[in-house]
Amino acid sequence: MSGEIQTIAAARSLRGKRSVFIGVGRPSTAAILARMVHNPDLVLFYESGTIGAKPHRVPLSIGDDELAETADAVVSVAEMFNYWIGPGRVEVAFLGAAQVDRHADLNSTVIGDYAGPRTRLPGAGGAPEIALGCPEVVVIAPHSPRTFVERLDFKTTSGAHTTAVITDLGVLEPRDGELTLTAVHPGVSVERVREATGWELRVAGSVATTEEPTDEELAALRELVARG
Amino acid sequence: MADVVDLREAVAALVRDGDAVAMEGFTHLIPFAAGHEVLRQGRTALELIRMTPDVLYDQLIGMGAARRLVFSYAGNPGVGSLHRIRDAVEHGWPRPLELEEHSHAGMANRYAAGAAGMPCALMRGYVGTDLERHTRVERVTCPFTGEQLVAVPALEPDVAIVHAQEADRAGNVQLWGIPGVQKEAVLAAKRSLVTVERIVDALELRPGGVVLPGWTIDAVAVAPGGSRPSYAHGITRRDNDFYRQWDAISRDRERFAAWMEANVLAAVAA
Repeated sequence: MSGEIQTIAAARSLRGKRSVFIGVGRPSTAAILARMVHNPDLVLFYESGTIGAKPHRVPLSIGDDELAETADAVVSVAEMFNYWIGPGRVEVAFLGAAQVDRHADLNSTVIGDYAGPRTRLPGAGGAPEIALGCPEVVVIAPHSPRTFVERLDFKTTSGAHTTAVITDLGVLEPRDGELTLTAVHPGVSVERVREATGWELRVAGSVATTEEPTDEELAALRELVARG
Repeated sequence: MADVVDLREAVAALVRDGDAVAMEGFTHLIPFAAGHEVLRQGRTALELIRMTPDVLYDQLIGMGAARRLVFSYAGNPGVGSLHRIRDAVEHGWPRPLELEEHSHAGMANRYAAGAAGMPCALMRGYVGTDLERHTRVERVTCPFTGEQLVAVPALEPDVAIVHAQEADRAGNVQLWGIPGVQKEAVLAAKRSLVTVERIVDALELRPGGVVLPGWTIDAVAVAPGGSRPSYAHGITRRDNDFYRQWDAISRDRERFAAWMEANVLAAVAA
């Protein structure tokens, strides 16, 4: 349920948007859900080079053949970054990360010291230039003190363009450069979000509650997940 | 004109110990058959270059064939970690692995510079991240606008290895579907090998198809299914189940070694 509301909230954030850049996992599920329920004309960009992909199922990898088969155009990696992402032609980007700090800077490189890491993470991938090129960045991450940390072990990606962080507990938005709790999901207390955040979380004067999922949203999401 | 030769012969002729080798294919057309032949021939001390190391480089690094990895995203897409690469980085097993990491945009621009015969490429990025201090980039100022940019050095691999759908008898190659950075990698490299699903009498040009004229390639080898468990668009399907299974196979050193012995080292080249 907490996972479902996170995906549904992320899908709602794409109402009225022209295009979104997505990776695999929950961001992909949310963007496909947005096309099903809110925004059938939403253009999906995957960094594998597929522009305007219309997947029927959630892809395991960004290279799944359904993405290329249903795309309006398929381009090389250099073209994707230099002609499409760099100049800001993609309106919103969904990004994930292993660590997020109060400035919405992201770490997806290492846990521990760079030269002798405790955990070697996959690395930057497309995130740094996606976050630089896309005018709006929405971070999608699980809310826990391990993820929402006082200090990043490595700054992979800048949070300068981040407009929202959507977690399984609520929504954080930057206010004067610091992530601030602006909404909690139904049944979640502000206190619980505070405890799941690794720094002294700033809370907006009035905290909204995320609208309950509609029957249409829940049915569409469950159907999409069931397609496997 | 590229010679159409046996895969064993092609790898023996083109790949040497210590080479900088780029086996490309961005989530598609990953040249597994050729990479496995490199392992069977016992090549060592390689500098492996690849945007997304994927299961193929997890295998090569887990077998100790590499001294260095140049990359931008070392994960098993949609599944999790590449455990053999993590073991090499975190514990130096089976040998230490030197890393040079970039972003995808950085790697793609480095290949494009190599293909263009330029010493570097200009881009925005890296500034304000910790990556800038840990990799090879330099800040430069645009002489026309004064904008602060970064320069990334060209990639010029000793050998590029890619997989494609088809070649004709003169060794002209065509690939289609997700094109990745293969064209740039082949044009940037000193030597190149292309494995193909099939040889055709004449290439039938496809929408979005990438053609590599035979004279840009050193050798073409026929390897049907040569990108499995990755795929060749329109011919084979990505084996997502195998990518999931790899997580358990690669987590344990002994299970990994036994799997590689049975499925790669004991196998015969296509």
